[in-house]
Order: sequence, then C-alpha cells, then structure tokens
Amino acid sequence: MKRLFYILPLAAFLVIGVYLAIGLTLDPQKLPNMLEGKPVPAFNLAGLEGRDEKGFANTDLRGEVSLVNVFGSWCVACRVEHPFLMKIKENGWVPIHGIDWREPNRTAGPQWLRRHGDPYTLAGDDPKSKAAIAFGVTGAPETFVVDKQGIIRYKHVGPIDEKVWSGTLNPLIEHLRGQGE
Amino acid sequence: MKWFIFALAMLISLPALAVQPDEILDDPALEARAREVGKDLRCLVCQNQSIDDSDADLARDLRVLVRERIVAGDTNQEVIDYVVSRYGDFVLLNPPFKLKTYALWFGPAALVLFGIFAAFMFFRNKNVAAAPDGRAQSLSEAEKKKLAQLLDEDKS
Repeated sequence: MKRLFYILPLAAFLVIGVYLAIGLTLDPQKLPNMLEGKPVPAFNLAGLEGRDEKGFANTDLRGEVSLVNVFGSWCVACRVEHPFLMKIKENGWVPIHGIDWREPNRTAGPQWLRRHGDPYTLAGDDPKSKAAIAFGVTGAPETFVVDKQGIIRYKHVGPIDEKVWSGTLNPLIEHLRGQGE
Repeated sequence: MKWFIFALAMLISLPALAVQPDEILDDPALEARAREVGKDLRCLVCQNQSIDDSDADLARDLRVLVRERIVAGDTNQEVIDYVVSRYGDFVLLNPPFKLKTYALWFGPAALVLFGIFAAFMFFRNKNVAAAPDGRAQSLSEAEKKKLAQLLDEDKS
C-alpha cells in the first residue's frame, strides 16, 4: 500500500505527460466546425466585378451537392490548391462556388482569376468578412461541402489536393449524392 | 526629475488597443459595451489576443460586426452567442462553466487538496517515527546488542 502511494506522483506525471504529448500534436488553428449539419448561414454577396451579374447568396446552394471555397488573391495557400480546383472544374466532378475574401479592392480578385483560371460556378465578393464570419472562417483556404438540401456537411481547412479529394471529399460527395433519391 | 516623469508616465499609460478611430461608435455607452464584449472574444488569427488587442484583419471585421450588432439592438450576450455559434467555445477567452470544462475549473483545487492530503500522510508517518515513547521506536535489548555488533563489524 505504501509503495503504491510513492508511485502516485510518477503515475500522475505520466498521465499529464501523455495528455500534453497529445496536445502537442493538435493543430490550434483547427477549430471544430460549428455549422456541420446546419443549413448554410444567410449571406448575400455582390458578384465579382466583370464576372457575376447577380452575385452569390445562400439561397443559390440548393438542389445539388456543391463546394463552397473561401479564397483570396492575397492567399498563398489558395494559389497552391488552385490547380486542383481547376482540375475538379475541368472534369466536372462537382460545382465549386467561391467566396472572394478580403480583397484590397474590387479588381484584385477577378484579375487573379483571369490570370490563374476560374474554377468557380458562382462567386461573391466578401471584402468585410460578412459571409466569412457567418461561416466561421478563420483563414483561407477553407472549403465547405454543402448537400442538396443546403446543409453544411463538412469543412476542410487548408489546401485541397489529390489526397484530400480522393480520401475525404470525393467519397463524401458520392455519399451525399446517393441520399434522398 | 526626468526619471520621475518617465516612471509616472509608465504608471498611468493605458494598454494599446488595436481599435481604430473609424470603428469607434459615436455613442460612448454603446462603445463601452462593444469594448466589454470585445475583450472576451479571442482573435482567431493570433490566438492569445482578444479582438480588441489584435491588429489582424479578421479581428477588425469581428469588432465591426460586434458594433453593428450592438447598434442593431442585440444584448452583449446575444452578440457573444452569435460569435460562439460560428466559432465554438474556443472563441471565448474565459472558458464557459460546463461539463466538458469541469476538469479545467476544479482541477487546480483538486490538486491542492491532493497535495495537502499527501503532505499530511507524509508528515504523520514522520511524527510517529520520531515519537520518543512509541513502541516501535526504542530498540529492545536484543536489538541494541545486534546493532552494536554490526557497528563493530564495520569498524574492523
């Protein structure tokens, strides 16, 4: 009994150590997706200059499974995922809609799309983070999977690549397409 | 004298906030409420600063949002609830008191109690060992003999 008592500090140290070690592997930038399973928040953005006449609103996200991608011309990681978004568009895998977040001016976003290619079906300009905050966005790029009923099913933080697509997004999209038919 | 003025200035200086003049509301009462809300909300970019302290663009947009909602008639709690509904409890600099956070709130007190208990056990045993009239403490004649023998062995 007494020996057990002396082991206690070591045991406590080990337990705390294990918890802290797990804590070290977590990414503090990865926050829980508060909107998972909830309808897309209400937003209504003006279209990108010279690109969209009618803009982009939450009511557009119905009837088919789609991706909502938060990007910006200032965002380096968006540049990294951009070729893969173009690939999704060229293959017609799933429609991608864009939220152009915090551009310094009205022309920066459209210019960026003209230069690197435009993977978006609909796109809206969000200079004041109205839609971004409604979606709980903390950084770009972030991508939301929206189902046919306009419910948010998943949030991916960071660039989309082959691995994310074939491992997570594509299976989920296939699954959501099969639902409710 | 120079040093005195310098020290005085250091004493009365206020923390530098990132709140920009163009964000500040005309109504001082509403602005005070916005500050009250803002100091409890975490900036999601530089995570150990409040949105009032942070220069990040997202923090600025959150400050503006807080002010818009207050002007629109939301209570402080409604504004905070809205932001929590988007970003989760993590956005609160003061963790909420609920089942998931009991360990956080009670943990330190529990550790102190455990420490007191452990110290009590430790010193109680010590006291018993040191007690002059305890039975286990004084050696019997046979033990004394054996001890002397052992000590002698050591010397030789």
